[in-house]
Amino acid sequence: MARAMRIAIIDTSTTRAAIISDGLREAGLDDLVVIDPAGPLVAQIEAAQPEVVLVNLENPGRDLLEDFFAMSRALARPIAMFVDQSDAEATGAAIDAGVSAYVVDGLSKQRIKPVIDLAVRRFQAFSRLQRELDEAKSALAERATIDRAKAILMKRRGIDEPAAYALLRGQAMRSSRRIAEIAEAILTSEALMGDGA
Amino acid sequence: MTGETFRIGFLPLVDAALPILAHELGFAAREGVAIELVRDMTWATVRDRLLYGHTDAAHLIAPLAIATALGRDRPAVSLAVPFVLGLNGNAVTFSSALAIEVGLGETLGDPAAVGAALKRVAAARKAAGNPLRFGVVHRYSSHNYMLRYWLAGVGIQPDADVEIVVTSPPFAADALAAGEVDGICVGEPWNSIAVDRGAGHIALATAQIWRRGVEKVLAVRSDVVETRRSAVEALVRALHAAAARFVEPGTAEESADILARREYLDAPREAILRAITDRIRLVPGGAPVHYPDFMFQYREAANFPWRSQAAWLYSQLVRWDHLAFSPADAATASAVFRPDIYRAALAGSGAPLPGASSKLEGGLAEPIGAGSTQGRLMLGSDRFFDHRAFDPDDIPGYLSELP
Repeated sequence: MARAMRIAIIDTSTTRAAIISDGLREAGLDDLVVIDPAGPLVAQIEAAQPEVVLVNLENPGRDLLEDFFAMSRALARPIAMFVDQSDAEATGAAIDAGVSAYVVDGLSKQRIKPVIDLAVRRFQAFSRLQRELDEAKSALAERATIDRAKAILMKRRGIDEPAAYALLRGQAMRSSRRIAEIAEAILTSEALMGDGA
Repeated sequence: MTGETFRIGFLPLVDAALPILAHELGFAAREGVAIELVRDMTWATVRDRLLYGHTDAAHLIAPLAIATALGRDRPAVSLAVPFVLGLNGNAVTFSSALAIEVGLGETLGDPAAVGAALKRVAAARKAAGNPLRFGVVHRYSSHNYMLRYWLAGVGIQPDADVEIVVTSPPFAADALAAGEVDGICVGEPWNSIAVDRGAGHIALATAQIWRRGVEKVLAVRSDVVETRRSAVEALVRALHAAAARFVEPGTAEESADILARREYLDAPREAILRAITDRIRLVPGGAPVHYPDFMFQYREAANFPWRSQAAWLYSQLVRWDHLAFSPADAATASAVFRPDIYRAALAGSGAPLPGASSKLEGGLAEPIGAGSTQGRLMLGSDRFFDHRAFDPDDIPGYLSELP
Protein backbone atom coordinates (compact mmCIF):
# COMPACT_ATOMS: atom_id res chain seq x y z
CA MET A 1 0.00 0.00 0.00
CA ALA A 2 1.41 3.33 -1.02
CA ARG A 3 1.88 5.86 1.72
CA ALA A 4 -0.48 8.79 2.06
CA MET A 5 -0.12 11.43 -0.62
CA ARG A 6 0.14 14.98 0.66
CA ILE A 7 -2.01 17.45 -1.24
CA ALA A 8 -1.69 21.20 -0.97
CA ILE A 9 -4.69 23.36 -1.90
CA ILE A 10 -4.14 26.93 -3.03
CA ASP A 11 -7.26 28.90 -3.77
CA THR A 12 -8.16 32.56 -3.77
CA SER A 13 -11.55 31.48 -2.44
CA THR A 14 -11.30 30.05 1.08
CA THR A 15 -14.83 28.69 0.75
CA ARG A 16 -13.93 26.69 -2.33
CA ALA A 17 -10.74 25.46 -0.65
CA ALA A 18 -12.89 24.18 2.22
CA ILE A 19 -15.31 22.46 -0.15
CA ILE A 20 -12.41 20.72 -1.91
CA SER A 21 -10.70 19.59 1.28
CA ASP A 22 -13.98 18.19 2.59
CA GLY A 23 -14.37 16.17 -0.58
CA LEU A 24 -10.83 14.86 -0.50
CA ARG A 25 -11.21 13.86 3.13
CA GLU A 26 -14.45 12.02 2.40
CA ALA A 27 -12.53 10.10 -0.27
CA GLY A 28 -9.94 9.11 2.29
CA LEU A 29 -7.29 11.56 1.12
CA ASP A 30 -6.70 13.28 4.39
CA ASP A 31 -3.07 14.42 4.25
CA LEU A 32 -4.08 17.93 3.24
CA VAL A 33 -2.53 21.35 3.61
CA VAL A 34 -4.68 24.38 2.82
CA ILE A 35 -2.42 27.28 1.92
CA ASP A 36 -3.40 30.66 3.32
CA PRO A 37 -3.92 32.90 0.27
CA ALA A 38 -2.95 35.97 2.29
CA GLY A 39 0.35 34.51 3.46
CA PRO A 40 3.63 33.97 1.62
CA LEU A 41 2.89 31.36 -1.07
CA VAL A 42 6.33 29.92 -1.64
CA ALA A 43 7.31 29.62 2.03
CA GLN A 44 4.10 27.75 2.83
CA ILE A 45 4.57 25.30 -0.05
CA GLU A 46 8.17 24.78 0.92
CA ALA A 47 7.15 23.93 4.47
CA ALA A 48 4.32 21.63 3.34
CA GLN A 49 6.42 19.52 0.92
CA PRO A 50 3.35 18.31 -1.02
CA GLU A 51 3.27 15.65 -3.74
CA VAL A 52 0.30 17.28 -5.44
CA VAL A 53 -0.62 20.96 -5.60
CA LEU A 54 -4.14 21.91 -6.58
CA VAL A 55 -4.53 25.56 -7.51
CA ASN A 56 -7.37 27.49 -9.08
CA LEU A 57 -6.61 28.21 -12.75
CA GLU A 58 -6.95 31.96 -12.36
CA ASN A 59 -4.89 32.23 -9.18
CA PRO A 60 -2.74 35.38 -9.50
CA GLY A 61 0.24 33.55 -7.97
CA ARG A 62 0.65 30.94 -10.69
CA ASP A 63 3.61 32.46 -12.58
CA LEU A 64 5.45 32.83 -9.28
CA LEU A 65 4.53 29.28 -8.30
CA GLU A 66 5.84 27.81 -11.55
CA ASP A 67 9.11 29.65 -11.10
CA PHE A 68 9.40 28.20 -7.63
CA PHE A 69 8.72 24.67 -8.91
CA ALA A 70 11.34 25.04 -11.63
CA MET A 71 13.86 26.37 -9.15
CA SER A 72 13.22 23.66 -6.58
CA ARG A 73 13.68 21.03 -9.25
CA ALA A 74 17.02 22.59 -10.02
CA LEU A 75 17.88 22.03 -6.38
CA ALA A 76 16.56 18.76 -5.02
CA ARG A 77 12.84 18.27 -5.22
CA PRO A 78 11.24 17.54 -8.56
CA ILE A 79 7.73 18.98 -8.55
CA ALA A 80 6.83 20.59 -11.78
CA MET A 81 4.53 18.68 -14.08
CA PHE A 82 1.06 19.50 -15.20
CA VAL A 83 -1.36 16.58 -15.35
CA ASP A 84 -0.45 13.87 -17.81
CA GLN A 85 -0.75 14.86 -21.45
CA SER A 86 -1.97 11.37 -22.39
CA ASP A 87 -5.25 12.11 -20.67
CA ALA A 88 -6.18 15.20 -22.62
CA GLU A 89 -9.90 14.82 -22.02
CA ALA A 90 -9.61 14.80 -18.24
CA THR A 91 -7.19 17.71 -18.40
CA GLY A 92 -9.60 19.64 -20.61
CA ALA A 93 -12.34 19.03 -18.04
CA ALA A 94 -10.04 20.35 -15.32
CA ILE A 95 -9.30 23.54 -17.26
CA ASP A 96 -13.02 23.97 -18.00
CA ALA A 97 -13.77 23.68 -14.32
CA GLY A 98 -10.96 26.10 -13.46
CA VAL A 99 -8.62 23.63 -11.80
CA SER A 100 -4.91 23.50 -12.36
CA ALA A 101 -2.55 20.99 -10.81
CA TYR A 102 1.14 20.32 -10.31
CA VAL A 103 2.42 16.92 -9.30
CA VAL A 104 5.73 15.48 -8.27
CA ASP A 105 7.51 13.96 -11.21
CA GLY A 106 7.05 10.21 -11.31
CA LEU A 107 3.84 10.03 -9.30
CA SER A 108 1.64 7.46 -11.01
CA LYS A 109 -1.34 8.54 -13.03
CA GLN A 110 -3.59 6.08 -11.20
CA ARG A 111 -2.95 7.92 -7.98
CA ILE A 112 -3.35 11.44 -9.38
CA LYS A 113 -6.45 10.95 -11.48
CA PRO A 114 -8.95 10.44 -8.61
CA VAL A 115 -7.64 13.61 -6.95
CA ILE A 116 -8.03 15.69 -10.09
CA ASP A 117 -11.45 14.21 -10.88
CA LEU A 118 -12.64 14.96 -7.40
CA ALA A 119 -11.29 18.51 -7.48
CA VAL A 120 -13.07 19.06 -10.81
CA ARG A 121 -16.39 17.87 -9.41
CA ARG A 122 -15.99 20.08 -6.34
CA PHE A 123 -15.06 23.10 -8.44
CA GLN A 124 -18.13 22.52 -10.58
CA ALA A 125 -20.31 22.17 -7.49
CA PHE A 126 -18.87 25.41 -6.19
CA SER A 127 -19.62 27.26 -9.44
CA ARG A 128 -23.16 25.93 -9.36
CA LEU A 129 -23.59 27.14 -5.78
CA GLN A 130 -22.17 30.50 -6.68
CA ARG A 131 -24.45 30.84 -9.68
CA GLU A 132 -27.47 30.03 -7.53
CA LEU A 133 -26.33 32.52 -4.94
CA ASP A 134 -25.87 35.22 -7.57
CA GLU A 135 -29.32 34.51 -8.95
CA ALA A 136 -30.84 34.65 -5.51
CA LYS A 137 -29.04 37.92 -4.81
CA SER A 138 -30.20 39.52 -8.04
CA ALA A 139 -33.77 38.29 -7.47
CA LEU A 140 -33.69 39.94 -4.04
CA ALA A 141 -32.32 43.16 -5.51
CA GLU A 142 -35.02 43.14 -8.19
CA ARG A 143 -37.74 42.72 -5.62
CA ALA A 144 -36.43 45.69 -3.65
CA THR A 145 -36.39 47.80 -6.82
CA ILE A 146 -39.96 46.83 -7.67
CA ASP A 147 -41.10 47.64 -4.11
CA ARG A 148 -39.55 51.10 -4.30
CA ALA A 149 -41.07 51.78 -7.71
CA LYS A 150 -44.47 50.73 -6.38
CA ALA A 151 -44.08 53.12 -3.45
CA ILE A 152 -43.29 56.00 -5.83
CA LEU A 153 -46.33 55.24 -7.99
CA MET A 154 -48.60 54.94 -4.95
CA LYS A 155 -47.49 58.31 -3.68
CA ARG A 156 -47.48 60.15 -7.01
CA ARG A 157 -50.76 58.77 -8.29
CA GLY A 158 -52.56 58.23 -5.02
CA ILE A 159 -53.26 54.57 -5.78
CA ASP A 160 -52.97 51.42 -3.71
CA GLU A 161 -50.33 48.74 -3.98
CA PRO A 162 -52.20 46.26 -6.23
CA ALA A 163 -52.98 49.11 -8.63
CA ALA A 164 -49.36 50.25 -8.64
CA TYR A 165 -48.21 46.72 -9.39
CA ALA A 166 -50.82 46.38 -12.15
CA LEU A 167 -49.51 49.59 -13.69
CA LEU A 168 -45.93 48.28 -13.70
CA ARG A 169 -47.00 44.95 -15.10
CA GLY A 170 -49.14 46.49 -17.82
CA GLN A 171 -46.30 48.76 -18.93
CA ALA A 172 -43.89 45.83 -18.94
CA MET A 173 -46.20 43.77 -21.13
CA ARG A 174 -46.85 46.60 -23.56
CA SER A 175 -43.13 47.33 -24.00
CA SER A 176 -42.00 43.66 -23.83
CA ARG A 177 -39.65 44.38 -20.98
CA ARG A 178 -39.26 42.86 -17.56
CA ILE A 179 -41.10 44.41 -14.62
CA ALA A 180 -37.76 45.00 -12.88
CA GLU A 181 -36.56 47.06 -15.86
CA ILE A 182 -39.66 49.26 -15.75
CA ALA A 183 -39.18 49.67 -11.99
CA GLU A 184 -35.53 50.59 -12.58
CA ALA A 185 -36.58 53.26 -15.10
CA ILE A 186 -39.04 54.71 -12.59
CA LEU A 187 -36.34 54.92 -9.91
CA THR A 188 -33.98 56.61 -12.37
CA SER A 189 -36.52 59.20 -13.46
CA GLU A 190 -37.50 59.80 -9.85
CA ALA A 191 -33.87 60.44 -8.99
CA LEU A 192 -33.55 62.91 -11.87
CA MET A 193 -36.95 64.60 -11.77
CA GLY A 194 -38.46 63.84 -8.38
CA ASP A 195 -39.03 66.69 -5.97
CA GLY A 196 -36.91 64.93 -3.39
CA ALA A 197 -39.78 64.91 -0.92
CA MET B 1 -14.77 33.26 -46.38
CA THR B 2 -15.11 30.78 -43.60
CA GLY B 3 -16.70 32.82 -40.81
CA GLU B 4 -14.47 31.10 -38.26
CA THR B 5 -13.99 32.27 -34.71
CA PHE B 6 -10.68 32.57 -32.88
CA ARG B 7 -10.73 32.85 -29.13
CA ILE B 8 -7.51 34.68 -28.27
CA GLY B 9 -6.07 34.80 -24.76
CA PHE B 10 -4.23 37.93 -23.59
CA LEU B 11 -2.87 39.76 -20.58
CA PRO B 12 -3.64 43.45 -19.98
CA LEU B 13 -0.63 44.96 -21.77
CA VAL B 14 -0.25 47.61 -24.46
CA ASP B 15 1.27 45.04 -26.82
CA ALA B 16 -1.98 43.08 -26.80
CA ALA B 17 -3.10 45.90 -29.12
CA LEU B 18 -3.10 44.07 -32.44
CA PRO B 19 -5.65 41.33 -31.73
CA ILE B 20 -7.80 43.84 -29.81
CA LEU B 21 -7.73 46.39 -32.64
CA ALA B 22 -8.18 43.70 -35.30
CA HIS B 23 -11.42 42.87 -33.53
CA GLU B 24 -12.60 46.37 -32.62
CA LEU B 25 -11.77 48.09 -35.91
CA GLY B 26 -13.16 45.40 -38.18
CA PHE B 27 -9.92 44.04 -39.68
CA ALA B 28 -10.83 40.52 -38.56
CA ALA B 29 -14.37 40.78 -39.96
CA ARG B 30 -12.93 41.98 -43.26
CA GLU B 31 -10.90 38.76 -43.43
CA GLY B 32 -13.91 36.66 -42.55
CA VAL B 33 -12.82 35.71 -39.06
CA ALA B 34 -14.30 36.63 -35.70
CA ILE B 35 -12.13 37.28 -32.65
CA GLU B 36 -13.22 36.71 -29.07
CA LEU B 37 -10.76 38.00 -26.50
CA VAL B 38 -10.13 36.14 -23.23
CA ARG B 39 -8.44 38.23 -20.56
CA ASP B 40 -6.30 36.66 -17.87
CA MET B 41 -3.87 37.78 -15.17
CA THR B 42 -1.00 35.30 -15.42
CA TRP B 43 0.96 33.83 -18.32
CA ALA B 44 0.49 30.35 -16.83
CA THR B 45 -3.27 30.68 -17.29
CA VAL B 46 -2.96 32.09 -20.82
CA ARG B 47 -0.73 29.14 -21.74
CA ASP B 48 -2.96 26.50 -20.13
CA ARG B 49 -6.07 27.78 -21.87
CA LEU B 50 -4.18 27.59 -25.17
CA LEU B 51 -2.79 24.10 -24.56
CA TYR B 52 -6.13 22.60 -23.60
CA GLY B 53 -8.29 24.26 -26.22
CA HIS B 54 -10.02 26.91 -24.14
CA THR B 55 -8.55 29.38 -26.58
CA ASP B 56 -7.46 28.95 -30.21
CA ALA B 57 -4.56 31.39 -30.06
CA ALA B 58 -2.74 33.53 -27.54
CA HIS B 59 -0.85 36.78 -27.06
CA LEU B 60 2.19 35.15 -25.50
CA ILE B 61 5.71 35.92 -24.34
CA ALA B 62 7.89 34.36 -27.04
CA PRO B 63 10.21 32.32 -24.77
CA LEU B 64 7.21 30.62 -23.16
CA ALA B 65 6.10 29.36 -26.58
CA ILE B 66 9.56 27.86 -27.05
CA ALA B 67 9.78 26.41 -23.54
CA THR B 68 6.36 24.81 -24.08
CA ALA B 69 7.42 23.26 -27.39
CA LEU B 70 10.54 21.91 -25.70
CA GLY B 71 8.57 20.47 -22.77
CA ARG B 72 10.31 22.44 -20.05
CA ASP B 73 8.57 21.59 -16.75
CA ARG B 74 5.71 19.80 -18.44
CA PRO B 75 4.93 17.48 -21.35
CA ALA B 76 5.92 19.11 -24.64
CA VAL B 77 3.18 20.55 -26.85
CA SER B 78 4.05 21.65 -30.37
CA LEU B 79 3.27 25.34 -30.90
CA ALA B 80 3.43 27.53 -33.98
CA VAL B 81 4.17 31.25 -34.16
CA PRO B 82 3.00 32.58 -37.53
CA PHE B 83 3.13 36.26 -36.50
CA VAL B 84 5.17 38.43 -34.14
CA LEU B 85 2.94 40.90 -32.28
CA GLY B 86 5.78 43.36 -31.76
CA LEU B 87 9.36 44.11 -30.81
CA ASN B 88 10.39 45.62 -27.46
CA GLY B 89 8.03 47.99 -25.62
CA ASN B 90 9.26 46.95 -22.17
CA ALA B 91 11.31 48.85 -19.62
CA VAL B 92 13.40 48.36 -16.51
CA THR B 93 12.03 50.44 -13.64
CA PHE B 94 13.92 51.01 -10.39
CA SER B 95 12.34 51.83 -7.05
CA SER B 96 12.76 55.50 -6.15
CA ALA B 97 15.34 54.52 -3.52
CA LEU B 98 17.41 52.49 -5.97
CA ALA B 99 17.11 55.24 -8.59
CA ILE B 100 18.72 57.67 -6.15
CA GLU B 101 21.46 55.21 -5.15
CA VAL B 102 22.31 54.53 -8.78
CA GLY B 103 22.04 58.21 -9.63
CA LEU B 104 19.52 57.96 -12.47
CA GLY B 105 19.13 61.22 -14.38
CA GLU B 106 16.15 62.86 -16.04
CA THR B 107 16.90 61.22 -19.36
CA LEU B 108 17.46 57.61 -20.38
CA GLY B 109 21.03 56.74 -19.46
CA ASP B 110 23.55 54.66 -21.38
CA PRO B 111 23.01 50.97 -20.49
CA ALA B 112 26.72 50.43 -19.77
CA ALA B 113 26.95 53.51 -17.53
CA VAL B 114 23.73 52.74 -15.63
CA GLY B 115 24.96 49.16 -15.33
CA ALA B 116 28.31 50.20 -13.87
CA ALA B 117 26.57 52.29 -11.22
CA LEU B 118 24.13 49.48 -10.52
CA LYS B 119 27.01 47.05 -10.13
CA ARG B 120 28.43 49.10 -7.24
CA VAL B 121 25.07 49.20 -5.47
CA ALA B 122 24.46 45.48 -6.11
CA ALA B 123 27.85 44.58 -4.62
CA ALA B 124 27.22 46.69 -1.51
CA ARG B 125 23.77 45.22 -1.02
CA LYS B 126 25.05 41.68 -1.47
CA ALA B 127 27.85 42.31 1.04
CA ALA B 128 25.26 43.61 3.50
CA GLY B 129 23.34 40.34 3.16
CA ASN B 130 20.41 42.06 1.49
CA PRO B 131 20.90 41.54 -2.24
CA LEU B 132 19.00 43.62 -4.78
CA ARG B 133 15.86 41.91 -5.97
CA PHE B 134 14.33 42.29 -9.43
CA GLY B 135 10.92 41.17 -10.61
CA VAL B 136 10.39 39.77 -14.11
CA VAL B 137 7.06 38.65 -15.53
CA HIS B 138 7.81 34.98 -16.03
CA ARG B 139 10.71 32.61 -15.92
CA TYR B 140 10.33 32.15 -19.69
CA SER B 141 9.93 35.77 -20.71
CA SER B 142 11.95 38.11 -22.89
CA HIS B 143 11.94 40.37 -19.81
CA ASN B 144 13.91 37.80 -17.86
CA TYR B 145 16.32 37.27 -20.76
CA MET B 146 16.79 40.97 -21.54
CA LEU B 147 17.37 41.88 -17.90
CA ARG B 148 19.83 39.01 -17.45
CA TYR B 149 21.59 39.83 -20.73
CA TRP B 150 22.14 43.38 -19.54
CA LEU B 151 23.14 42.47 -15.98
CA ALA B 152 25.62 39.83 -17.11
CA GLY B 153 26.96 42.23 -19.73
CA VAL B 154 27.82 44.84 -17.12
CA GLY B 155 29.43 42.32 -14.77
CA ILE B 156 26.51 41.51 -12.46
CA GLN B 157 25.90 37.76 -12.25
CA PRO B 158 22.10 37.37 -12.28
CA ASP B 159 22.08 34.12 -10.28
CA ALA B 160 24.70 35.12 -7.74
CA ASP B 161 24.86 38.89 -7.27
CA VAL B 162 21.14 39.73 -7.25
CA GLU B 163 17.84 37.89 -6.85
CA ILE B 164 15.40 37.57 -9.71
CA VAL B 165 11.82 36.71 -8.81
CA VAL B 166 8.62 36.45 -10.79
CA THR B 167 5.75 38.91 -10.65
CA SER B 168 3.00 38.78 -13.28
CA PRO B 169 2.55 42.06 -15.21
CA PRO B 170 -0.62 43.35 -13.48
CA PHE B 171 1.11 43.00 -10.08
CA ALA B 172 4.56 44.35 -10.96
CA ALA B 173 3.88 48.00 -10.10
CA ASP B 174 2.30 46.89 -6.80
CA ALA B 175 5.33 44.78 -5.94
CA LEU B 176 7.62 47.76 -6.58
CA ALA B 177 5.39 50.11 -4.57
CA ALA B 178 5.23 47.62 -1.68
CA GLY B 179 9.02 47.35 -1.57
CA GLU B 180 8.95 43.63 -2.39
CA VAL B 181 11.40 44.25 -5.22
CA ASP B 182 13.98 46.96 -6.00
CA GLY B 183 13.29 46.90 -9.71
CA ILE B 184 10.96 45.41 -12.31
CA CYS B 185 11.25 44.53 -15.96
CA VAL B 186 7.74 44.57 -17.37
CA GLY B 187 5.70 45.70 -20.36
CA GLU B 188 3.60 48.83 -20.57
CA PRO B 189 1.56 50.38 -19.08
CA TRP B 190 2.91 48.87 -15.84
CA ASN B 191 6.20 50.82 -15.80
CA SER B 192 4.35 54.06 -16.43
CA ILE B 193 1.80 53.23 -13.76
CA ALA B 194 4.65 52.67 -11.28
CA VAL B 195 6.14 56.06 -12.22
CA ASP B 196 2.79 57.88 -12.10
CA ARG B 197 2.21 56.44 -8.63
CA GLY B 198 5.56 57.77 -7.52
CA ALA B 199 6.84 54.24 -6.89
CA GLY B 200 9.71 54.19 -9.34
CA HIS B 201 11.91 55.69 -12.06
CA ILE B 202 12.31 54.12 -15.48
CA ALA B 203 16.00 53.27 -15.86
CA LEU B 204 16.11 51.76 -19.33
CA ALA B 205 13.91 50.80 -22.24
CA THR B 206 14.57 47.20 -23.26
CA ALA B 207 15.07 48.58 -26.77
CA GLN B 208 18.34 50.00 -25.39
CA ILE B 209 19.48 46.48 -24.51
CA TRP B 210 18.53 45.00 -27.88
CA ARG B 211 17.34 47.53 -30.45
CA ARG B 212 15.10 45.01 -32.22
CA GLY B 213 14.29 42.45 -29.54
CA VAL B 214 11.49 39.99 -30.25
CA GLU B 215 8.63 40.41 -27.77
CA LYS B 216 5.07 39.05 -27.80
CA VAL B 217 4.00 36.55 -30.42
CA LEU B 218 0.76 35.07 -31.64
CA ALA B 219 0.97 31.43 -30.54
CA VAL B 220 -1.27 28.71 -31.96
CA ARG B 221 -1.17 24.97 -31.33
CA SER B 222 0.45 23.22 -34.28
CA ASP B 223 -2.48 20.82 -34.66
CA VAL B 224 -4.83 23.80 -34.90
CA VAL B 225 -2.66 25.26 -37.65
CA GLU B 226 -2.91 21.95 -39.52
CA THR B 227 -6.70 21.75 -39.33
CA ARG B 228 -7.50 25.46 -39.73
CA ARG B 229 -4.69 26.61 -41.98
CA SER B 230 -6.67 29.01 -44.18
CA ALA B 231 -8.39 30.61 -41.20
CA VAL B 232 -5.02 31.07 -39.45
CA GLU B 233 -3.74 32.82 -42.57
CA ALA B 234 -6.80 35.07 -42.56
CA LEU B 235 -6.08 35.91 -38.91
CA VAL B 236 -2.48 36.79 -39.83
CA ARG B 237 -3.76 39.18 -42.51
CA ALA B 238 -6.15 40.78 -40.03
CA LEU B 239 -3.38 41.29 -37.48
CA HIS B 240 -1.07 42.70 -40.15
CA ALA B 241 -3.73 45.22 -41.18
CA ALA B 242 -4.25 46.15 -37.53
CA ALA B 243 -0.48 46.68 -37.15
CA ALA B 244 -0.42 49.03 -40.16
CA ARG B 245 -3.24 51.00 -38.62
CA PHE B 246 -1.65 51.01 -35.16
CA VAL B 247 1.47 52.86 -36.38
CA GLU B 248 -0.37 55.27 -38.69
CA PRO B 249 -0.01 58.87 -37.50
CA GLY B 250 -3.17 60.21 -35.87
CA THR B 251 -4.53 56.85 -34.72
CA ALA B 252 -2.83 56.68 -31.32
CA GLU B 253 -5.66 58.42 -29.44
CA GLU B 254 -8.26 56.04 -30.78
CA SER B 255 -6.08 53.00 -30.01
CA ALA B 256 -5.49 54.27 -26.47
CA ASP B 257 -9.24 54.84 -25.97
CA ILE B 258 -9.98 51.25 -26.96
CA LEU B 259 -7.13 49.63 -25.03
CA ALA B 260 -7.93 51.56 -21.83
CA ARG B 261 -11.41 50.03 -21.65
CA ARG B 262 -12.37 47.89 -18.73
CA GLU B 263 -12.59 44.67 -20.74
CA TYR B 264 -9.09 45.12 -22.15
CA LEU B 265 -6.35 46.82 -20.09
CA ASP B 266 -8.57 48.58 -17.55
CA ALA B 267 -5.73 51.06 -17.11
CA PRO B 268 -5.21 54.84 -17.45
CA ARG B 269 -5.55 56.00 -21.03
CA GLU B 270 -2.75 58.58 -20.68
CA ALA B 271 -0.16 55.97 -19.69
CA ILE B 272 -1.19 53.80 -22.63
CA LEU B 273 -1.06 56.74 -25.03
CA ARG B 274 2.47 57.61 -23.93
CA ALA B 275 3.65 54.06 -24.65
CA ILE B 276 2.02 53.97 -28.09
CA THR B 277 3.60 57.28 -29.06
CA ASP B 278 7.07 56.36 -27.72
CA ARG B 279 6.92 59.18 -25.16
CA ILE B 280 7.98 57.81 -21.80
CA ARG B 281 7.66 59.60 -18.48
CA LEU B 282 10.81 58.47 -16.68
CA VAL B 283 10.40 60.20 -13.33
CA PRO B 284 7.27 61.04 -11.34
CA GLY B 285 5.93 64.42 -12.44
CA GLY B 286 8.51 64.70 -15.23
CA ALA B 287 7.87 65.61 -18.85
CA PRO B 288 7.69 62.54 -21.12
CA VAL B 289 10.89 61.80 -23.06
CA HIS B 290 10.62 60.82 -26.70
CA TYR B 291 12.46 57.57 -27.33
CA PRO B 292 11.88 56.47 -30.97
CA ASP B 293 10.96 52.82 -31.56
CA PHE B 294 10.26 52.20 -27.88
CA MET B 295 7.50 49.96 -29.21
CA PHE B 296 7.96 48.51 -32.68
CA GLN B 297 4.85 46.99 -34.18
CA TYR B 298 5.02 47.14 -37.97
CA ARG B 299 7.90 48.66 -39.92
CA GLU B 300 10.81 46.59 -41.27
CA ALA B 301 8.56 43.52 -41.43
CA ALA B 302 8.55 43.57 -37.61
CA ASN B 303 5.77 40.96 -37.58
CA PHE B 304 7.80 38.44 -39.59
CA PRO B 305 8.71 35.44 -37.40
CA TRP B 306 12.44 35.14 -38.02
CA ARG B 307 13.73 31.69 -37.08
CA SER B 308 16.91 33.37 -35.84
CA GLN B 309 14.83 35.20 -33.19
CA ALA B 310 13.58 31.84 -31.91
CA ALA B 311 17.15 30.53 -31.99
CA TRP B 312 18.36 33.48 -29.90
CA LEU B 313 15.65 32.82 -27.32
CA TYR B 314 16.69 29.16 -27.26
CA SER B 315 20.30 30.23 -26.66
CA GLN B 316 19.17 32.23 -23.62
CA LEU B 317 17.06 29.35 -22.34
CA VAL B 318 20.15 27.12 -22.49
CA ARG B 319 22.19 29.86 -20.82
CA TRP B 320 19.91 30.58 -17.87
CA ASP B 321 18.42 27.12 -17.33
CA HIS B 322 22.03 25.86 -17.35
CA LEU B 323 21.37 23.23 -19.99
CA ALA B 324 23.72 21.67 -22.49
CA PHE B 325 23.28 22.85 -26.08
CA SER B 326 21.29 20.30 -28.07
CA PRO B 327 21.11 20.52 -31.89
CA ALA B 328 17.75 18.72 -31.78
CA ASP B 329 16.27 21.18 -29.27
CA ALA B 330 17.68 24.11 -31.24
CA ALA B 331 15.92 22.79 -34.34
CA THR B 332 12.64 22.29 -32.42
CA ALA B 333 12.86 25.81 -30.98
CA SER B 334 13.59 27.45 -34.34
CA ALA B 335 10.75 25.52 -35.97
CA VAL B 336 8.22 27.11 -33.58
CA PHE B 337 8.53 30.31 -35.63
CA ARG B 338 6.68 29.78 -38.91
CA PRO B 339 7.72 32.24 -41.63
CA ASP B 340 6.09 29.90 -44.16
CA ILE B 341 2.62 30.69 -42.80
CA TYR B 342 3.37 34.42 -42.68
CA ARG B 343 4.51 34.37 -46.32
CA ALA B 344 1.55 32.33 -47.52
CA ALA B 345 -0.88 34.63 -45.69
CA LEU B 346 0.56 37.85 -47.09
CA ALA B 347 1.56 36.72 -50.58
CA GLY B 348 -0.01 39.05 -53.13
CA SER B 349 -0.46 41.88 -50.61
CA GLY B 350 1.80 44.91 -50.48
CA ALA B 351 3.63 43.60 -47.40
CA PRO B 352 7.38 43.16 -47.79
CA LEU B 353 8.30 39.48 -47.51
CA PRO B 354 11.91 38.69 -46.54
CA GLY B 355 13.66 36.25 -48.83
CA ALA B 356 15.46 34.55 -45.96
CA SER B 357 13.91 32.99 -42.85
CA SER B 358 16.88 33.59 -40.60
CA LYS B 359 19.41 36.38 -40.21
CA LEU B 360 22.37 37.48 -38.16
CA GLU B 361 20.75 39.14 -35.10
CA GLY B 362 22.41 42.29 -33.83
CA GLY B 363 24.63 42.64 -36.88
CA LEU B 364 23.32 45.93 -38.25
CA ALA B 365 24.75 49.25 -37.14
CA GLU B 366 23.05 51.22 -39.92
CA PRO B 367 19.79 50.77 -41.85
CA ILE B 368 20.26 48.55 -44.87
CA GLY B 369 18.16 47.14 -47.71
CA ALA B 370 17.49 43.43 -47.32
CA GLY B 371 16.56 40.72 -49.81
CA SER B 372 12.84 40.29 -50.30
CA THR B 373 10.60 38.21 -52.52
CA GLN B 374 7.85 40.83 -52.39
CA GLY B 375 7.91 44.55 -51.59
CA ARG B 376 10.92 46.58 -50.57
CA LEU B 377 12.45 45.65 -47.24
CA MET B 378 14.64 47.94 -45.13
CA LEU B 379 16.08 46.79 -41.83
CA GLY B 380 17.21 49.31 -39.22
CA SER B 381 19.98 48.97 -36.68
CA ASP B 382 19.34 45.93 -34.52
CA ARG B 383 22.34 46.19 -32.19
CA PHE B 384 22.68 44.69 -28.75
CA PHE B 385 24.03 47.22 -26.24
CA ASP B 386 27.34 45.33 -26.08
CA HIS B 387 27.62 45.09 -29.88
CA ARG B 388 27.75 41.31 -29.92
CA ALA B 389 26.04 39.61 -32.85
CA PHE B 390 24.18 36.30 -32.79
CA ASP B 391 24.75 33.79 -35.57
CA PRO B 392 21.89 31.25 -35.38
CA ASP B 393 24.13 28.67 -37.05
CA ASP B 394 26.69 28.81 -34.27
CA ILE B 395 24.84 28.87 -30.96
CA PRO B 396 27.60 27.01 -29.03
CA GLY B 397 30.20 29.51 -30.25
CA TYR B 398 27.96 32.42 -29.25
CA LEU B 399 27.28 30.94 -25.80
CA SER B 400 30.96 30.29 -25.15
CA GLU B 401 31.75 33.96 -25.66
CA LEU B 402 29.01 35.39 -23.47
CA PRO B 403 30.01 36.51 -19.98
